[in-house]
Amino acid sequence: MEPRILKDTIALPYQWALGPVNTRFFQEFKERRIFGTRCPKCGRVLVPARAFCARCFVPLDEWVQVRDEGTIKTWTYVAYSYVGQPMQPPYVSALIQLDGADTAIPHLVAGFDLSNLEEVRARIRVGTRVRAVWREDTEGTILDIRYFEPV
Amino acid sequence: MARKVAVVGTGQTRHGKRQDVSYPEMIREAVVAALEDAGLGWEHIDAVVCGSMPPPMEGTNAPHLWWADAMGAGGKPLLRVATCGTTGISIAHAAYYHVASGLFDVVLAVGAEKQYEGESQGTMTTVGEPFFQRQFVAGAPGVFAYQCNEYAHRYHLDEERVRAAAAEIAVRNHVDALDNPFAHLRQRITVEDVLRSRVLAYPIRLLDCCPASDGACAVIFAAGEVAPRITRTPAWVAGVGYAGEEHWVGDSDKVWWQSARQAALQAYRMAGITDPLEQLDVAELYNPFSFQELIFYELFGFCGPGEGCRLVEEGVVRRGGKLPCDPSGGVLCTNPIGATGLIRVAEAAMQVTGKAGAHQVEGARTALAHAIGGTQQINGVMILTSLD
Ligand SMILES: [Zn+2]
Repeated sequence: MEPRILKDTIALPYQWALGPVNTRFFQEFKERRIFGTRCPKCGRVLVPARAFCARCFVPLDEWVQVRDEGTIKTWTYVAYSYVGQPMQPPYVSALIQLDGADTAIPHLVAGFDLSNLEEVRARIRVGTRVRAVWREDTEGTILDIRYFEPV
Repeated sequence: MARKVAVVGTGQTRHGKRQDVSYPEMIREAVVAALEDAGLGWEHIDAVVCGSMPPPMEGTNAPHLWWADAMGAGGKPLLRVATCGTTGISIAHAAYYHVASGLFDVVLAVGAEKQYEGESQGTMTTVGEPFFQRQFVAGAPGVFAYQCNEYAHRYHLDEERVRAAAAEIAVRNHVDALDNPFAHLRQRITVEDVLRSRVLAYPIRLLDCCPASDGACAVIFAAGEVAPRITRTPAWVAGVGYAGEEHWVGDSDKVWWQSARQAALQAYRMAGITDPLEQLDVAELYNPFSFQELIFYELFGFCGPGEGCRLVEEGVVRRGGKLPCDPSGGVLCTNPIGATGLIRVAEAAMQVTGKAGAHQVEGARTALAHAIGGTQQINGVMILTSLD
């Protein structure tokens, strides 16, 4: 017996509250400034800015500006595609530790030919220095940085 | 003080593309198999714990309600436990807690997934919070490729050597899956096939990566007082461990991965394991990507940090070696995600009770089961033993 399949799509809209800390972070981000918050207990600067330290469980209110340049902590070259993928492959996704931060943020690394893995491997390693390339028309989202490019 | 608890029955469906059955029909297959293995009727079950991945994966929300009839859960306490990739081991832990607490004597644990019915990577991408992370984290292969690249760099390992060891792991799992009648992927592959397969998320290639499977698993947990009356071969739960860390993927070290380390050490302490390589006979590691086994050998104390490749090169972790890992073919060959962690527990129980058939590790008495979940955020471990 041929298996019968019912096909349908569920598309639902969402509206996520940013909260005061993310709202302030993205206000600064729109002006091309990146902020973290320093934990009074462990001393780490957490980026993006947080309302509390997950390790010390204390509230954070000391805002610290970090640079829009940093170091690749790890990376991958994404060459497969799937339904619902936010980015168009191929692309390089990396964890980048910005200068002045104790944590790394995920973002894209681009600004060079991404069509060939071996060429990408020649440009990108753990430890590669990168710098943010900002959009002209910033909107206050994480995509105001188009990508990071090797310095 | 927790009561003693044993696994007294396990059941699995044939895993793979299961468009021949609806979701509840598939689940009933595993439940009936577990009841038959234990020699119990559904009326002997006091409570049911079940789970799967985030419901958008299959598009049926609160799926335990749809599954209830197939699990014989009417008139019984029914909980859904869903912790992402760790779901299966979380279900096992929750069922264990039910019995260990003294409140229930016999508890049914059920995990399932039907990955052919939805968009798994699209769903998993939305596990990360929406403001900073999910735009960049490319499904499960993208997340774990981060871990693989950082691993090679951390210990200054030659990338070619790591890739060769990972390819060997992929080959070993595929060979072992041929002896597991429940396994999804059943194909003989070579190291060259792995190294030549297309890149998904560098360094992960197609044959370094698990399949998307449909399948279900059921495991019955019973109190120490009743277990020996149910079966002559109880698999005792000797230890459990579970740990998590920050949601932010860039906050914590995923190579010397604290949540994995803590989960194992907690389970070892409870089980009295001080030398895992000597005291464990088999390990069912959660290995959706070949490279990850190397990291878990180290985190679980089978070898020192950065020494994982050596265990592969010396044959320690293959069948016939000192500590065979994933003789079932592992997650690499079968991954109905919500069931996958529970399959690790079922396989560990089957091994220590001599019920693993063609992939039985001779004389296995103590086994480790493991699962990971989230954007590299959580780990769970369970130790099973036939030693009373
Ligand atoms: Zn702190």
